[in-house]
Amino acid sequence: MKKVRGKSIFITLCVAPAVILFVIFMLIPTFNVFKMSLYKWGGYSNTKQFVGLNNFKILMEDTNFFRSFQNTVLLIAIVTIVTMGFSLIFAAILSREKIKGQNFFRIIFYIPNILSVVVISAIFSAIYDPNNGLLNSIIGIFRGSEKTPILWLGDQKLVIYSLVIAMIWQAIGYYMVMYMASMASVPESLYESANLEGAGRIRQFFSITLPLIWTNIRTTLTFFVISSINISFLIVKALTNGGPDGATEVFLSYMYKQAYTNSSYGYGMAIGVVVFLFSFGLSAIINFVTKREPLEF
Amino acid sequence: MQNKKKEMNLNTLYKVFIYVALLTLAVSIVIPVGWVFLASIKENSEFYGNPWTMPKGFYFQNFIDAFEKANMGEYFFNSILVTMLALAILLVVALPAAYVLARYRFFGSKLINIMFMGGLFINVNYIVVPIFLMFVDADKFLKSLGGNSFFLNNLFVVALVYASTALPFTIYLLSGFFVTIPRDYEEAAYMDGSGYFRTMVQIMMPMALPSIITVILFNFLSFWNEYIISMTLLTKNSKTLPVGLMQLMQAQKAAANYGQLYAGLVIVMLPTLILYILVQKKLTQGMSLGGLKG
Repeated sequence: MKKVRGKSIFITLCVAPAVILFVIFMLIPTFNVFKMSLYKWGGYSNTKQFVGLNNFKILMEDTNFFRSFQNTVLLIAIVTIVTMGFSLIFAAILSREKIKGQNFFRIIFYIPNILSVVVISAIFSAIYDPNNGLLNSIIGIFRGSEKTPILWLGDQKLVIYSLVIAMIWQAIGYYMVMYMASMASVPESLYESANLEGAGRIRQFFSITLPLIWTNIRTTLTFFVISSINISFLIVKALTNGGPDGATEVFLSYMYKQAYTNSSYGYGMAIGVVVFLFSFGLSAIINFVTKREPLEF
Repeated sequence: MQNKKKEMNLNTLYKVFIYVALLTLAVSIVIPVGWVFLASIKENSEFYGNPWTMPKGFYFQNFIDAFEKANMGEYFFNSILVTMLALAILLVVALPAAYVLARYRFFGSKLINIMFMGGLFINVNYIVVPIFLMFVDADKFLKSLGGNSFFLNNLFVVALVYASTALPFTIYLLSGFFVTIPRDYEEAAYMDGSGYFRTMVQIMMPMALPSIITVILFNFLSFWNEYIISMTLLTKNSKTLPVGLMQLMQAQKAAANYGQLYAGLVIVMLPTLILYILVQKKLTQGMSLGGLKG
């Protein structure tokens, strides 16, 4: 009897702190996001007014929100396709070919992932600087330096692609290392027999490597989409702050702006709810579309 | 014979192509990062004109200015404090929880497991506003009792929030490890009369050391680099390094104090780079072990 009591005391002592912290700092705030989205609330003043789904109705007619929606979808689409493609190819090269300095490349490619997003933003603002930037001074060699400088972060049409490059630069190494890890588990014998059959490198990549690490690709894809929404926010906040003139406003930066700068917390949280549902829906769709019979090896 | 030669040529071409691709990517990473290091020792006048010129000398004054004038010294200390505190809280809270959740079935254990799994999908960026408002309310309440505000602008509270938001991933990773250890070890320990608590601390935790190190590495990086929470919760003078750096970036737009900015950049990234070079193998291996982190 004493032992049973000792055991339950032990269990409670071990689990309770984690559960309490989780509930206070994650569960309740998440719940509050949903609750606050139903209120009209001007921040510090205590006039909370229940308005039902009114915030969402306003949202549907908000052109600024629609713009941030477009920007986010564009970023997700391009960044995901390019990053996934390149990191798969590089991972396949580094794990299949005999490359000199393979380890060196792996170490270098992973570096952007350990840098703070603020650091990355600062590096890219040095690269994109119109007058003394690294990029314009290289391009200046070819097109003549007397021409007007390209405004990588100032041109409304161009700026989103400048962000795309920064995001790909940041993510590529991380996913490459991840795919290398799962490619290492594909048995060598499959490639040997494919060699005997005369299948080329590209054929091997599509018929052996890709199908066998498909489960891993699926999971990373789902996570990648969710994390793109977050990373795009972090980079935008530090690099352009949504500008010029809302050209790089993304979901969460718009939410943050509404909540803080505009002090309309209720409305900001309604945006949060929509983004939350959007990312869940999107990952469900990806999960469904990419479903294949898992291959055993 | 002819055919074979052709094949050889194609092969060399392919090899060349691969190396060009790999080197291009490597250069695109090494050059900008290296450039920042060089820029951090340039004098301010050297920033006008061609950015590719080498620094004329070693202008260390940038670092002194960054530390003193831009307060990066104080922010550096704050960052160390917050990161260490958060790691300590995280390990003390997450280790026992992960162990118990992996080992024991009890009332509610299934629900708690599902809760933490669901927590993997909650991102801090969504909930930072409600957390901030919660602290505003709590401080108001404290003031109405005649006390001082406590929750906002408190480094300890920031560390607590960091630790809490890292709980789901850490518990997921650690309990994934504890599940793989055979029960025999504990049974032997109980036979020898060791209690639950001692068994956990003295037998199980040392075995989990490799996973614990992975957890520390990943969370060190994410705490050190984090800026949204600390920007929101630390509104007054005490800031962490990334937020201080953002401030420098904004100040630079007006005052063009490039040297200080790049010195600040070096201060922020040097610790993570050193750590990475020391443990890069562990880190990239840990990824396949831990699976994913957003």
